[in-house]
Amino acid sequence: MKKCRRCSKPATLHITELREGDVHELHLCETCYHEYLDYSESATPEEESTEISIEITGDQSLEEIDQLLCSKCGISFREFRSQGRLGCPHDYTEFEAELMPLLENIHGETQHCGKLPAQASDSSQQQYKLIRLRKELQSAVASEAYETAAELRDTIESIEVDLDRPKSSENPLDSPP
Amino acid sequence: MDLDALIQTSGSWLKGTGPDADIVVSSRIRLARNLARFPFVSRADDELRSQIESLLRQRVMELPSANRFQYVNVDQLEQLDRQFLVERQLISREHADSHGSRGVAISDEEHVSLMINEEDHLRIQVLQSGLSLENCWELISRIDGQLEEELTFCFDQRLGYLTACPTNVGTGIRVSVMLHLPALVLTKEVQKVFTALQKINLAVRGLYGEGSQAMGDFYQISNQITLGKSEQQIIDNLKDVVPNIIKYERKVRNELVHKRRHELHDEISRAYGILQTAQTISSEETMQRLSSVRMGINLELIDDLGIPAVNELLIHTQPAHLQKHCNSELEVRERNQARAAFLRQRLAQRRGENN
Repeated sequence: MKKCRRCSKPATLHITELREGDVHELHLCETCYHEYLDYSESATPEEESTEISIEITGDQSLEEIDQLLCSKCGISFREFRSQGRLGCPHDYTEFEAELMPLLENIHGETQHCGKLPAQASDSSQQQYKLIRLRKELQSAVASEAYETAAELRDTIESIEVDLDRPKSSENPLDSPP
Repeated sequence: MDLDALIQTSGSWLKGTGPDADIVVSSRIRLARNLARFPFVSRADDELRSQIESLLRQRVMELPSANRFQYVNVDQLEQLDRQFLVERQLISREHADSHGSRGVAISDEEHVSLMINEEDHLRIQVLQSGLSLENCWELISRIDGQLEEELTFCFDQRLGYLTACPTNVGTGIRVSVMLHLPALVLTKEVQKVFTALQKINLAVRGLYGEGSQAMGDFYQISNQITLGKSEQQIIDNLKDVVPNIIKYERKVRNELVHKRRHELHDEISRAYGILQTAQTISSEETMQRLSSVRMGINLELIDDLGIPAVNELLIHTQPAHLQKHCNSELEVRERNQARAAFLRQRLAQRRGENN
């Protein structure tokens, strides 16, 4: 009979944890198990850090970056890294240079192409439609659905003409002035 | 809101009536939104949280469907009642344990919940039985649109909807399904499924959300990416992969029935027997036995009990539910006895109904 991981009583509960692709087995007695349950978020016996680490690519050191502050809410980049949460919407602008690689890492992309607020202007809506259509075109070509791809290409061209933009399928959108 | 009334019922999403409900227990979509004019919740002091809560509560309760919503001030609830809502999947543990003004609007059928001041200002959630992601999306999108008529959510041309955590930015959407995979767990093939899912950026978690262990062979699969794909693409990614998992689980179940029928039948019968007669039982063991019984019903090795009853028991045997049933706070040992008593009573009742 296995011993409880935390005390030396016999373990009656055997837990399988899935953490980042790894399978961990935990053996606990009932009392320690209830503590484990109550301990919720940070219930990892090895006190695994939930801190976010970032790649340093520029001239600044991690210490310098950590001291960046948001001018609106006052949160420091260090605080963001240790709690995993930003302080206000403005942080996305204030910490843009540091956040972009992180977003790229997490999502593989940095351009939104989903739903947008209803109050968005017509031209914004058209631009979003374009982004979405270009994505669909990419998938259609990748899955060799050439007829669908052709239809999509036509739709894209007609919207681009409407918006009076140069015909390029690779340009990311410029941010509004 | 009358939480004591809730104890008599279960959410509609537990009815076990949706598509593929033998394996897909439920589908869930949640959207994260923040008001443009305020800091995110973690940086909002109690005064600001009050303002945010007040503003959002007003708008939420003015929604067309709000005549079938109840509002609960989570910050004013007893610890037990908060735990109760967590067990029913109407609020998250984080919401229960947070501080400051916060609340949740819940639909009468419990299929819609809107949390105010959790990690983000607003978290909308829709739950449906079985594999029903399109229904969830239609409903949640409509609610989101209606809210946007009166509110300004912070949104960026490039990054989409801005959220407190960068892992949610863009669409702010979390699409998930809860699956019951007892056969794959039994034959230890479930790990293959997880590895495959991780390769296509889908996260797998044990029952009851973040950081929890896999109790009773129930797993939740959800998207990890929220930016750079449209909501429909994210939903489709999940929708496309679930049927394969269902097929795999069904195939393994059939193999088990053909090759190990007697063993399987015995294990299921024993599980059923224990649930009906035990005098004391832990929640972990309850989940395990209920999982066997659930599979037994799907395989028609048990015919006097229905899936909705099992789904309900999964919730009602949880700690806070039990204590509400008994109208008192109970220690672990007392809870284990109360759980056993509750199971004996309910199973006898359900069996009677089915005969």
